[in-house]
Amino acid sequence: MARDLVTGNYAAGRALAVAGEANRHARGCGAGAYPITPQTEIIEYLRGFQFAKGRIVPVESEHSAMGVCIGVSLGGARSFTASSANGLTYMTENVFAAGFYRLPIVMIAVNRTLGPPWNIWVDQGDSLALRDAPWMQFYVESHQDLVDTILLSFRVAEDHRILLPAMVAMDGFITSHTQMIVDLPEQEQVDRYLPPCDVPHRLRHDHPATVGGLTWPRETEHHRIEIQQAMERVPPVLSEALDEFTKVFGRRPHGVLSAEHTEDAEIVLVACNSMARTLRRVVDEQRSRGRRVGMVKLKMFRPFPREEFRRAIGAATKIGVLDRNHSPGSGGIFWQEIAATLQGRSDLLVQDYLVGLGGGDVTPKIITEILDELAARRTPAEPLWKEVAS
Amino acid sequence: MSTTTPQNAEYFSHLLRPGNTNCAGCGMSLALQWLDQGLAGEKPMMAIPACCGIVTAGAFPTSSYGVPTAATTFASSPAVATGLALVAEQNAENHPVVCWTGDGGTYDIGMATLSAAAERNENIIYVCYDNEIYGNTGGQRSSATPEGVATSTTPRGKIERKKDIMAIMAGHRVPYAATLSLAHRDDFLRKVRTARKIDGFRFLLVLSPCPTGWKSDPGMGTELIRSAVRCGLFPLYEVFDGARYRINERPDGLAVEEYMKHQRRYRAASVDPAAMKMRIEQQWRQLNALAEMFPAEYD
Repeated sequence: MARDLVTGNYAAGRALAVAGEANRHARGCGAGAYPITPQTEIIEYLRGFQFAKGRIVPVESEHSAMGVCIGVSLGGARSFTASSANGLTYMTENVFAAGFYRLPIVMIAVNRTLGPPWNIWVDQGDSLALRDAPWMQFYVESHQDLVDTILLSFRVAEDHRILLPAMVAMDGFITSHTQMIVDLPEQEQVDRYLPPCDVPHRLRHDHPATVGGLTWPRETEHHRIEIQQAMERVPPVLSEALDEFTKVFGRRPHGVLSAEHTEDAEIVLVACNSMARTLRRVVDEQRSRGRRVGMVKLKMFRPFPREEFRRAIGAATKIGVLDRNHSPGSGGIFWQEIAATLQGRSDLLVQDYLVGLGGGDVTPKIITEILDELAARRTPAEPLWKEVAS
Repeated sequence: MSTTTPQNAEYFSHLLRPGNTNCAGCGMSLALQWLDQGLAGEKPMMAIPACCGIVTAGAFPTSSYGVPTAATTFASSPAVATGLALVAEQNAENHPVVCWTGDGGTYDIGMATLSAAAERNENIIYVCYDNEIYGNTGGQRSSATPEGVATSTTPRGKIERKKDIMAIMAGHRVPYAATLSLAHRDDFLRKVRTARKIDGFRFLLVLSPCPTGWKSDPGMGTELIRSAVRCGLFPLYEVFDGARYRINERPDGLAVEEYMKHQRRYRAASVDPAAMKMRIEQQWRQLNALAEMFPAEYD
């Protein structure tokens, strides 16, 4: 294992490349790639990598980037790409198609605010606009979490019990363009960790099927039910993938979520991505002052880990959700999921905070203010805006 | 497979199996069979976007296609075919990868994807069955619809001229681009064979009668296409590397009215036969000049 100081984009590019290369003894790998800030360095890395059996196609749009990935995966090879913001929304039709075809493609989403008005900084409105697509979604808090989650994603996506694409989301700039020390996987380790990619319904001449043709309502319902059932199998399959990861790499990444100091917490704050790291610092500080505060770091958003979340909050009575995203006319998207997860718990006060949209800097001071607001609150309000930019 | 379908290898081996749902007289049905014959038993993989061509397949779990086929999103068939072709190539699998698309997917929504795949010279045979209309949605105008023609979205006749897709493809300098006629079988099959022999991006344009959209007799399709070639409206020619031209068939002086009079889509008051004749003359002056100055001496 090579320890190195690298950017998030470099780490992601490297992880995708070694995963692709690991399939060189099977049907190889391939991808469509198109640049957009802040993920561009990922596809630059992929274009520069010398694959023994693989080709990265420089296409004319994100829509075609996913189109090429679909073709590669239907051909039975390993496939992956990266995008951000309007690139993801431009790609949307084929994002849905990839999931409906049940293709195990892995995509890095470097979260960036949707425009216009144009803004290159982080919020999660782009990947969350795709929440109803048949994709797994993981949100990562650090560079190491990013690398590990990419490798886990290939393993889970290509598992025949799952066969769904996976999106790994990181914060634009905060994660993509900063450097952290990362254990970068060696090719030999990834060769051992990832079995050869086998897409059982790939196009083949000995069984000339038509993939993606017409279906009637009955077959369509079954198709959707099968996708839901595959989603429900993700937590146990991910757990196996984590066990295997620990054997090969000698450490165990976070699973679907992590509950921290929640055993005796009265208040639990929920966050994901790099915001979870800032939240952790605030929680540790408040704990040192004797305040009974805990946190849940959410990593997996699709499938949404309802059971795990209900357990994770322990006996807390107040839940504050930090949403770096906004569904107009409703509120924060993580809050919607959590409110639905906690339905029937009328003893709980669940409050949404819309914070850090458009890349506003969510500092420990801001999170502490949110914590104080929630502590003083007696009844829930509509989602509250916590403006952070001055 | 449904148990009611004949269980014999010969039936299943056709690229287009008998018993599909195409309209009577659909030019695409014939074009698919001739593609199969031109490939002489070699089975392609196909990428077919949203268009009549994928409705042809019928409903899951059966398919009218006897070759592995991907039903792609509307604008994506050249991108998906790129992926299929690169995996085939790196696994030393030599089957052709064919995009089978209508004019909507080619001239309109898929133009950027097509242009990019052509520019990259992907190893794809791209076939456009051009019926000059959005047939699958019930007959709306496309940028392949000829000037003057009435469609459901141009009820008073289309104002704009048809896009010159062959010039666009030649402008990409693709190794091979050709027009194919459903009334000239030998020429059609030869062009499929020529396309198969060449590596890189190959573009085949088939003028494909659509009795439903053209408001014509389903039994007249072949004669209509023959008329389109004879009157000069649909020239049969090949372009190699976007640089060398070969004309395969010349107009014999048939009046364009002979082509139009059997199609009610040409009955709009906006149709101007004199203007059409002028356009045909211009088209042939240009094509003759190109073929004379830059002749294709070899395939």
